[in-house]
Amino acid sequence: MTLAKIVSELGRFLIQFLVSTGKVSIFAGQALSYIFRPPFYLREIISNVFNIGYLSIPVVGLTATFTGAALALQIYSGGSRFNATEVVPQIVAIGMVRELGPVLVGLMIAARVTSSIAAELATMKVTEQLDALITLSTNPMKYLVMPRVLAGIITGPILVLVADSLGVFGGFLVSTQSLGFNPNNYILSTVHFLTAADILSSLVKGASFGLIATLMGCYYGLNSNHGAQGVGSATKSSVQAAAVLILAINFLLTALLFTA
Amino acid sequence: MIHFKNIKKSFDNNHVLRDVNLEVARGQSMAIIGGSGTGKSVLIKTVLGLIKPDSGIIIVDGIDVNKSTHDQFLERFGMLFQGGALFDSLPVWKNVAFRLQRGSQKRSKDEAREISIKKLRRVGLGPEIADKYPAELSGGMQKRVSLARAIATDPEIIFFDEPTTGLDPIMSSVINELIREIVVELGVTAMTITHDMTSVMAIADQVAMLHDGKIQWCGSRSKLKDSGNSYVNQFIHGTAKGPIKTLR
Ligand SMILES: Nc1ncnc2c1ncn2[C@@H]1O[C@H](COP(=O)(O)OP(=O)(O)OP(=O)(O)O)[C@@H](O)[C@H]1O
Ligand SMILES: [Mg+2]
Repeated sequence: MTLAKIVSELGRFLIQFLVSTGKVSIFAGQALSYIFRPPFYLREIISNVFNIGYLSIPVVGLTATFTGAALALQIYSGGSRFNATEVVPQIVAIGMVRELGPVLVGLMIAARVTSSIAAELATMKVTEQLDALITLSTNPMKYLVMPRVLAGIITGPILVLVADSLGVFGGFLVSTQSLGFNPNNYILSTVHFLTAADILSSLVKGASFGLIATLMGCYYGLNSNHGAQGVGSATKSSVQAAAVLILAINFLLTALLFTA
Repeated sequence: MIHFKNIKKSFDNNHVLRDVNLEVARGQSMAIIGGSGTGKSVLIKTVLGLIKPDSGIIIVDGIDVNKSTHDQFLERFGMLFQGGALFDSLPVWKNVAFRLQRGSQKRSKDEAREISIKKLRRVGLGPEIADKYPAELSGGMQKRVSLARAIATDPEIIFFDEPTTGLDPIMSSVINELIREIVVELGVTAMTITHDMTSVMAIADQVAMLHDGKIQWCGSRSKLKDSGNSYVNQFIHGTAKGPIKTLR
């Protein structure tokens, strides 16, 4: 490959990236603006809060518990190299609440929610259900997208709270059962160490990731190509985009919130 | 009245509609015939704004379709999609009553359900399927549910995209009669896409034949037999010889 070709490929990639960023931003703007404009499909919002939030609790809870437990073991073994094993509660707390809780929630809902939204909406497109919706005087952005995105924003922080608490609980369980920590002291150190700002940042991340996960599902679903293959590739692209964006935004938010 | 003026539509290099001109008078039943893939479904979708023509305008009762306020405009229409297009997340009765449960035509839940069951009966379906989901029904039943949804709010203009495809002969004639009744009794303007000549004879006042992106012939049903148009003749007699090419 010649240099010119590489440069032109890079250029094309960059342009495509900018174009799709623009399209996604416009889409996001539209979706969010419908949150404040009637009609509000309350029933849709409630059922999506249930689907996206409540039904994600088991998977989020399990992954967070195991991660918190593993984290405690690692910190203990790492800390023992320079006689600092007593920091386990503090580091588990900060690690779960500031980073791992939100990131786990983000990735789990990207896997569970983004994929199912993309597949569902893409199938609706392929089977002309979107056309039918429009013909029945119902705007798909209001009826399908807004309730999902809003549900994502509402349930993201709640799921993060679940992940944070269960992650800390996982660490607590391992530390008190096999690492010889005193339960009361463990809880006290955790509570004393965590600040309101830590928890708030966690919730902000949760809301952002809920927004990204649902938005990507809707965007790729509604813009899918025809046929079963279109549904498949919409689903794949939506999860990829959501996961990458969630990790990137997580980095940005951490930089913004904790390096001041 | 629906007036198509110089409608053109291409998908990349596939020039589907090349220059369609057609008028459908108010209260009239127009049948669109033509080979598979000639753009009949595309033509109907342009009226509803689901597909934007590349050029040309569509006027409905003096209003340019692309300049009208969409939601209000669409409330005057009913559409039976070729593939049914039922919402598979909703039970049958909620599909039929979709418009009756939201927006300006909203009714109480009981009333919506009652109307829905009444419309289902008109397409030959009993109340026992009201709470089933579309995926639990046969293809022909789905088609009829979709038909019930199209007529649920008694719209002024209804499009039927192949209403009898996939139905048995008896059910086909029930549906043909229903379409005829709707036009005659309620004064609805109907555009029906069909391949079924029995259907054409039963429901149409006017017939238009679409081929090669143009309306090749348009006239009243009674003139269909002696139209003198070679496309029409080939189509209604179903012969392989003629101006319409068949690849084999
Ligand atoms: N969304 C689309 N994107 C690309 N091409 C399309 C699209 N919709 C229709 N076409 C093409 O337009 C042509 C006409 O399609 P259309 O569905 O209108 O045919 P039809 O006359 O209704 O045929 P049939 O009787 O088989 O239903 C086809 O060649 C089809 O491939
Ligand atoms: Mg068709």
